[in-house]
Amino acid sequence: MIEIIKCKINGRDQEIAIDPRESLTDMLRNKLGLTSVKKGCEVGECGACTVLIDGKSYNSCIYLASWAKDKSIITVEGLTSENGELSPVQKAFIDESAVQCGFCTPGLLLTATEIVNSGQKYTREELRTLISGHLCRCTGYENILNAVEKALNQEN
Amino acid sequence: MTIGKNIPRVDAFDKVTGRAKYADDLVPTGTLIAKVLHSTIANGLVKKIDTSKAKQVPGVIEVFTCFDVPDIVFPTAGHPWSTNIANHDIADRKLLNTRVRYYGDDIAVVVAENELTATEALKLIEVEYEEYTPLLTIEDAMNGDALHEEYPNNILASTKYNVGGVSFEEALENNDVKIFEDEFEVPTVQHCFMENPNSYAYMESGKIVVVTSTQIPHIVRRVIGQALDIPWGQVRVIKPYIGGGFGAKQDVLYEPLNAWVSKMLGGKCVKLELTREEGFINTRVRHAMKIHIKSAVSENGRLIARKVKMFSNQGGYASHGHSVVAGAAHVVKQLYQDEVATDVEFTTVFTNLPVAGAMRGYGVPQITFALEAHMENVAKEMNFDNIELRKINMIKEGFVDPLNSIPSLTNELDQCIEIGAKHLNFREKHKKYSNQEGHIRKGVGCAIFSYKTGVYPISLETASCRMILNQDGSIQVQVGATEIGQGADTVFTQMAAEITGITYDKVYIMSAQDTDVTPYDSGAYASRQTYVSGHAVKKCGLELKQKILDYANYLKESEIAVDIKENHVLDKDGNKIIHVSEVALESFYHRENSKHIAAEATHHCDTNTISHGTTFVEIEVDLKLGLVKILDIINVHDSGTIINPKTALGQVHGGMSMGIAYALSEELLFNPKTGEAYNGDLLGYKIPTSLDSPDISCKFVEKYDPSGPFGNKALGEPPTVPVAPAIRNALFNATGIKYNQIPLTPERIFNKVKDKGLI
Amino acid sequence: MYNIKKMYNAETISDAVKFLTDNEDAKIIAGGSDVLIELRHGKLPNATLLNIRDIKEMQGIELINEDIIIKPLSTFTEIAENQIIQERIPMLAEAVNTVGGPQVRNIGTIGGNICNGITSADSASTLFTLDAELEITGPDGTRNIHIKDFYIWVAEVDLKQGELLTKIIIKKESYENYFGHYYKYAKRNAMDIAIQGCAVNCKLSDDKTKLENVRIGFGVGGPIPLRCFETENKAKGKLINNELIDEIGKSVLEEVNPRTSWKATKEFRLHLAQELSKRVLREAIERAGGHIND
Ligand SMILES: Cc1cc2nc3c(=O)[nH]c(=O)nc-3n(C[C@H](O)[C@H](O)[C@H](O)COP(=O)(O)OP(=O)(O)OC[C@H]3O[C@@H](n4cnc5c(N)ncnc54)[C@H](O)[C@@H]3O)c2cc1C
Ligand code: FES
Ligand code: FES
Repeated sequence: MIEIIKCKINGRDQEIAIDPRESLTDMLRNKLGLTSVKKGCEVGECGACTVLIDGKSYNSCIYLASWAKDKSIITVEGLTSENGELSPVQKAFIDESAVQCGFCTPGLLLTATEIVNSGQKYTREELRTLISGHLCRCTGYENILNAVEKALNQEN
Repeated sequence: MTIGKNIPRVDAFDKVTGRAKYADDLVPTGTLIAKVLHSTIANGLVKKIDTSKAKQVPGVIEVFTCFDVPDIVFPTAGHPWSTNIANHDIADRKLLNTRVRYYGDDIAVVVAENELTATEALKLIEVEYEEYTPLLTIEDAMNGDALHEEYPNNILASTKYNVGGVSFEEALENNDVKIFEDEFEVPTVQHCFMENPNSYAYMESGKIVVVTSTQIPHIVRRVIGQALDIPWGQVRVIKPYIGGGFGAKQDVLYEPLNAWVSKMLGGKCVKLELTREEGFINTRVRHAMKIHIKSAVSENGRLIARKVKMFSNQGGYASHGHSVVAGAAHVVKQLYQDEVATDVEFTTVFTNLPVAGAMRGYGVPQITFALEAHMENVAKEMNFDNIELRKINMIKEGFVDPLNSIPSLTNELDQCIEIGAKHLNFREKHKKYSNQEGHIRKGVGCAIFSYKTGVYPISLETASCRMILNQDGSIQVQVGATEIGQGADTVFTQMAAEITGITYDKVYIMSAQDTDVTPYDSGAYASRQTYVSGHAVKKCGLELKQKILDYANYLKESEIAVDIKENHVLDKDGNKIIHVSEVALESFYHRENSKHIAAEATHHCDTNTISHGTTFVEIEVDLKLGLVKILDIINVHDSGTIINPKTALGQVHGGMSMGIAYALSEELLFNPKTGEAYNGDLLGYKIPTSLDSPDISCKFVEKYDPSGPFGNKALGEPPTVPVAPAIRNALFNATGIKYNQIPLTPERIFNKVKDKGLI
Repeated sequence: MYNIKKMYNAETISDAVKFLTDNEDAKIIAGGSDVLIELRHGKLPNATLLNIRDIKEMQGIELINEDIIIKPLSTFTEIAENQIIQERIPMLAEAVNTVGGPQVRNIGTIGGNICNGITSADSASTLFTLDAELEITGPDGTRNIHIKDFYIWVAEVDLKQGELLTKIIIKKESYENYFGHYYKYAKRNAMDIAIQGCAVNCKLSDDKTKLENVRIGFGVGGPIPLRCFETENKAKGKLINNELIDEIGKSVLEEVNPRTSWKATKEFRLHLAQELSKRVLREAIERAGGHIND
């Protein structure tokens, strides 16, 4: 079974031959080599596979590749600017030591990007809610929250 | 100076750009997929396996069963090998097993063209079992038939020690004491590394290559050699970035099976990927334990004698075996010293539960929960100040363990306690909260810990480092010690810069380990690397620096080069003689005397030292709903010199988060009839989300420890250790109820509150 | 890769009805956050899926004569952020915001939540207390039923061959002047399934001293979500005071029927039912502008 879909991946229009049975995670990792999209559970429980679809966070493991038709998808590979400069969220994660093993990091970076792009202000408690769909076993979330707060304050 | 500085992690850039590659990110296209068939009984024997239907599925390459694997049992613990057979880890499992010892045991493996086919084929395998009653509890197992013939009553080992030369009972004879007694229970918990331990294997140049998510690549190499009965040199293990381990990956997991399957298929590349559910059940768990403590305390609060009895639930296979409970048992005397006698007895029992192994703290979280909860009970019953009681009895600087000689060379525990107490205004609040009414209450609690650094002299401690000077005066650093998220690569880079005088930006550490390239190191465990492997980096750096100086002197035809700072070779007065890049370039391309500068050093470690610290916590509890909220929590650590405050803080945050969940929510539950896990997934098993995590405070009391390479001692595991008892003690403060079992789930809290008539 | 045999993308409701009628074993998929999990766990081998995500008629939230029409494909996020909902039935926004985490709320639909037929569904008990009506469309046209009649047993709802849920209707008279609260009791504050969920919706007398009407709903109070009608009837018209609240707390025990599982015992769940109904009722009364007198 093969199906061709058109979508935008990290800002570029693409035509991709997919298997309608595959998840968006499978498509991004296996077809496009976007391995920043991690697999931690494949049943929507950990957030490691999070990508932005039309600007919003989704668990790509419980999202079929065929649904990505005509959508714009951003993975961490797409956060860095053309000349290789890190986005404010990426920088904040480095500055605040929000990265340890790094496995939850890509997903969190994307949700943090969505938060920053919203243009709104949030309290720390609200941020806790907004990142609560990501499990991190290394950091206790302390520095991750610091990083998101920092990126948010810089941008908005 | 780079030691003590907040230098950003060397791997942060790759990790925030998605460039950091983990095992599953490197799998070549066209790789075959292996999936393991797990038993659906907890105790029994596989009589027959019919794979014919599975083999007929298009896309299935091969199915191997427990009747096909070599008749070799091998050990899996991530311990260094011993040339003395008496010290060998227990070898008790085969690649696949006919004797089923837990629900989910590995009995067959399907190899297929893709994951879906492999998964579907698994369902078509028909298994016939001879079933025995599952022995899930320690009591049942000790009264049941042996799971491993060599271990009657399922006792893997039972050991005791005594300090003081007299028994607990004898110690009471001439002393005026009060006796206190408690029984504690701690649960089976799981590491929940975010990356499942995936691997893939293939053959190349006559060798079997395994790329795997492990903390211990060199040990994995040895065990694959043993399990497949091939020379160890024919095994090459590569460890890329890994998504956390916490001890589960300090065991050899599916790498030998993966290697064997590839070998059986002529060296084709095969990936063995685990689901999250397998990650829970088929890797390792932390030992559940029952701990009984009896203590005799004099009127002035001095511990005269203690008697501790521990039982550890090992699960179906030995893994780290008796060492974990032994690690716990030896802390009894490393935390508090009894005036007259300490009697400790500890037993490890095989059961039909998932296999317990190493997990952050190696038995110490379990025993510390019991010791510190007990201490709180004693203080309360004696109406004694709980901090004073600890201070009177805790070990002091200069303490040397009477049995294994591990010393507390530096000890700032007293100051740690004072900082923690001050942070919370502990003494005042403790008094205030002792008398409350209503169903919303507050409480404060504290706990202390001792934690050794590495495993000397219990086991071998050895580590190596290699450094190579590049043409431009930068260096490459290779260590066998592994980065598992804790920041090891960053502190090694700092150390190399500090010692060689070459600036941090010119030090390139090779993060991946490749057993064909990287020098030997036992790996990431026991909070050892910054200490043991750090010594290797230091020694190697000194050697490299000397070689650079020698060559500089050769170039300058003098003996004036004595030091390197900021990439410049200096004379004794600190004058710049020549830039290291110039020395390096000449060393490569000198027409008369090219000499490629490199150094390699092994540190054979024969020291140890104890880390100390404490948790102070304030909670609020809703007695009617059984819900605990953490209002304020702080850990204060004496880990000697802190090499990188930011990465160190990260370790503390993560460790404390695990400790909080150990106290309140984590517990792997099993069907008491079948032994099947109820909650082996990330929805059913409760690790904290951001909404369950309080803000976390931490302080360090830094004192240079003379045995550490840079004055440092253990920090990786300790932050987890004192958290659970501190929270439990806070609940005790709030309610006056002794909760002797964790996790403190709402229902457990509520039931006692109701029994005691508090609501 | 999911084990999907066939997937059909319906574009209209009638298209979907036809496919469902012709394919007895077809499984509807909306957000997929239940269906894909079942597929992953091998519970729907060789599935034929009917994808309804693209059906425009089933998307959006509307107000018709002040009746609120929630189309089943509305995601939890859409509901929580919708102005009609926020202004008129904020407790539904509150309820759906307790589902999983943000990513799951972007995926999961309210239609899927109800049709999955699970007692812990976080939107269900609130919809019970809003007297939600469901529009079901099938080969013979549409029929409307009260949500309480839709639930039959665990994972079993009143959908016949060829039928699907096409609207959730909350009539003006069901929500006007009502104030409510939903509380989810779980072991974690996110990414967790309710051990119990309690929803209370109430309307006070003009002087705010009496309970003119009250509706009490539970998730995990039994095998399916439920309402405590007898308690509600007893409480109607009563003066608001602590005594009444205690009475209601006791009374719900006669109407819930939880069971013991590894997550919690029956006894604890009964205790929760009593405690939560009291607390949630208090909050609902306060939101309605009432005071609880001793
Ligand atoms: C990690 C995770 C956490 C979760 N946490 C929660 C939680 O906290 N609370 C909670 O309530 N749920 C939770 N869920 C479950 C799930 O997200 C919800 O039940 C969600 O509402 C399902 O909606 P869906 O559109 O994704 O459903 P689908 O999976 O697409 O469908 C669910 C069921 O409804 C049927 N169906 C869907 N739409 C229709 C329709 N219009 N007509 C007829 N039948 C239909 C499907 O055939 C299927 O049987 C969680 C799920 C995951 C994966
Ligand atoms: S991998 Fe998708 S949520 Fe865990
Ligand atoms: S950094 Fe390791 S899981 Fe978050």
